[in-house]
Amino acid sequence: MQRIGVFVCHCGTNIAATVDVKKVAETLLQEPGVVYATDYQYMCSEAGQNMIKDAIKAQNLTGVVICSCSPRMHEATFRKAVAAVGMNPYMLEVANIREQCSWIHKNIEEATEKAIILGRAAVAKVHLNAPLIAGQTPVTKRALVIGGGIAGIQCALDIADAGYQVDIVEKEPTVGGKMTKIDKTFPTLDCSSCILTPKMVDVAQNENIKIYSYSEVESVKGFVGNFTVGIKRKARYVKEDICTGCGLCTEKCPQKKVPNDYNLGLDTKRAIYIPFAQAVPKVATIDADYCTMLKTGKCGVCSKICTAGAIDYTQQDEHLEEQYGAIVVATGYNPIKLDAFDEFAYSQSPDVVTSLEFERLMSASGPNGGHLVRPSDHKEPKTIVFVQCVGSRSTVECGKPYCSKICCMYTCKHAMLCREKYPDTEVYVFYIDVRTPGKNYDEFYRRAVEEYDVHYIKGMVGKVCPEGDKLKVQASDLLTNEQLHIDADMVVLAAAIEADKSARPLATLLTASMDTNDFFTEAHAKLRPVESPTAGVFLAGCAQGPKDIPETVTQAGACASKVIGLLAKDHLVGNPCVAHSDEMMCNGCSTCANVCPYGAITYETKDFSRRKDGTLMRRVASVNPAVCQGCGCCTVACPSGAMDLYGFSTKQIMSEVDAICK
Amino acid sequence: MVYSYYPGCTLKSKAVDLDMGARKAAEALGITMVEIPEWQCCGGVYPMAKDEVATKLSSVRALEYAKEQGQDLLTLCSACHHVLKRVNNDMANDAEIRDKVNRYMALEEPYAGETKVIHYLEMLRDVVGFDKIKEAVKNPLTDRKIGAFYGCLLLRPSKTMQFDNPENPSIIEDFITALGATPVKYPLRNECCGGYITMENKDLAKAKVANIVNSAKDAGCDALITACPLCMYNLTQNNDAADLPVYYFTELLCEALGIGKED
Repeated sequence: MQRIGVFVCHCGTNIAATVDVKKVAETLLQEPGVVYATDYQYMCSEAGQNMIKDAIKAQNLTGVVICSCSPRMHEATFRKAVAAVGMNPYMLEVANIREQCSWIHKNIEEATEKAIILGRAAVAKVHLNAPLIAGQTPVTKRALVIGGGIAGIQCALDIADAGYQVDIVEKEPTVGGKMTKIDKTFPTLDCSSCILTPKMVDVAQNENIKIYSYSEVESVKGFVGNFTVGIKRKARYVKEDICTGCGLCTEKCPQKKVPNDYNLGLDTKRAIYIPFAQAVPKVATIDADYCTMLKTGKCGVCSKICTAGAIDYTQQDEHLEEQYGAIVVATGYNPIKLDAFDEFAYSQSPDVVTSLEFERLMSASGPNGGHLVRPSDHKEPKTIVFVQCVGSRSTVECGKPYCSKICCMYTCKHAMLCREKYPDTEVYVFYIDVRTPGKNYDEFYRRAVEEYDVHYIKGMVGKVCPEGDKLKVQASDLLTNEQLHIDADMVVLAAAIEADKSARPLATLLTASMDTNDFFTEAHAKLRPVESPTAGVFLAGCAQGPKDIPETVTQAGACASKVIGLLAKDHLVGNPCVAHSDEMMCNGCSTCANVCPYGAITYETKDFSRRKDGTLMRRVASVNPAVCQGCGCCTVACPSGAMDLYGFSTKQIMSEVDAICK
Repeated sequence: MVYSYYPGCTLKSKAVDLDMGARKAAEALGITMVEIPEWQCCGGVYPMAKDEVATKLSSVRALEYAKEQGQDLLTLCSACHHVLKRVNNDMANDAEIRDKVNRYMALEEPYAGETKVIHYLEMLRDVVGFDKIKEAVKNPLTDRKIGAFYGCLLLRPSKTMQFDNPENPSIIEDFITALGATPVKYPLRNECCGGYITMENKDLAKAKVANIVNSAKDAGCDALITACPLCMYNLTQNNDAADLPVYYFTELLCEALGIGKED
């Protein structure tokens, strides 16, 4: 028989105002096995904790029930307190009589009765509690960052600064991500490249950082502290260690008609290319879809011209495996495709562009050297219409339900820059709402309206019709309730942003959860915003949700600190409340593995031979306690009742239910 | 192929040309149109009230008749097509409406949207095939620059109508090409013709039509074709200049197939 002590907390008046705490303590003292019960004003305070410790010693307690706030709040505090006097921390249970009782009831009698019932359930559970000891696993002191945009770069730099090894896997030939395509950044209007490229160089030169560019993650095994990751290094047909980045090949390649992704297809590049001047690593890559030599075996110009001898047409994809302790997901975003938004004539006129395309048109490294001209006839536009929320906050199928968050500010920036560089241009911005919550953001927007005379019109554009060399824009002004007809030279669409297409398959590899929009889910939306619910997987940048550069950098830094916190440990103490399978009852049906969100369950074929039965090999489930998070899905799903959870066994739960229903 | 054919009131009065041309051309193309006996008004306008049932009943009668015949229901008037198709969609997908209608109609077997409603243009595209029409053309309309005017009823709401891309449709242009003429895509081809506003505000209707006609003329159209009697009314009666001829698409179809008005 256990010797149980019950400690009822007043939580100031939080509990005591609605629950008769003295009555709760007195009543629970009558429960079998309860040898001590008391109440106190703040059980979590040092005095309260000492009260628990003293009682354990004086009464020789074997189990403790605390009737207080949610275990999410102070379970760890109380477990630490009982452990300090030699009790196994898993011999303690918390009955939540605050969030689940005093806060939601008004009637003292009812609330007191409920508090007693909740306390009784906890006592019933403690009777069946057994000491649990958490296991330990070693930590591989190296991190993997997936995605080499500004989120991945910042995170890698911060982790490397703390002295840990970091590998970046980037699917493009260069790191830098979307920020390389951006001309100016809001609200300071400093040059995006000027602030990004030094960081790219830092990443390349940092001896703790290794960049796998033009590479993809293709498999993930293991668990927190001990991941084994398969990386595919795509063949770039150029030896990365030999290429000097001189760029001669990219000038002489005869295949000139390759759409240039760096400029979003607004101009062309050669079949062998370096994405842009500041690319890291600065080595050439051959686009196998366009290279004449790779397609027909006839050409070889780049090979002849390369003085370093770096070209290798026979190169194959390379597959390697590396060990990591932590994985950061920084896969970023893309603007949605606008083909389905025919009302804006995006696919009908080259002068209807997305905001990111407009960014390239305005950029000094863009197709026109920063001179803003219409893609159709290379004339300077005199009237430009910006349309916000194209596909954002949308209820139609081709759109996204969420706010893309960055569009209000970059549209404001575009409008302002247009007026600044080309003062004779009329600029209209159509909006649903202008959202500018950020330091110096609203001031920036006010400047666009007041100093730069940008015409902000509340209302949406209904239709854009290409007619002659004009774009006829039909719109409504909701404030004046007027129909507007504008003859525009260019229309710029602020397309919604969505998670990169690589995110969904990656989430499957990582068994990391995602929301319905393919953004990675945080472990806790407010209190654990940079961790995935899957242990050892961390989130940075737009992979987690739309955000701008300052917010991305902040999050990447926070993410790095979490990674460093993990890598700084030599061993990880696991959660002992994990699932385990009774091998004699398991029939190897795979149901548990199918429902496990963490990939903690594997199967092994074991020898159950007994002398009289002859040979018996059976396939049974095996739980990896380092990966299991103790969610309990498998225990519910298991049809034969073989799965059970330490600390939350079926028997314990049923005894709680019995106590409540008594 | 045999269809139950629902002409509707306008095709018996103002839009006889649309109806006659369609019948003759169908015959030439090997399609049999059997007019539903004693058909009733389609309802005229699709009722927007969620709980409206009474004005949907006459549509359901036509749909139910086609089901009994085991035939698809062929429509021609865009307003009738619009109402029949949407009512059919309600019968298939809205349990409350289906239940009320069936209890009212007291049919032997409840109707649940089984009939396929197909517009004459869809029939030309999907059943006959524009390539077959091209082969059947005797007088190709070579050198004629023709613009399509879609209006709204066939295209929207696009999820229910499933007719063509509502913002950038192409079915009538493809039809024009099949007749040997040159289709002219002009920006306002799927704009509002003014619809019933002509009853209340004639000037507004005229302004809308002027925009459409000017857009078509600027793009180089010699003529417009439409499938909608209401569009036809507005484009002809509310265009004081009368500077752009407008035809029903079936008139041109007959011309290209070599079918005279007297035939």
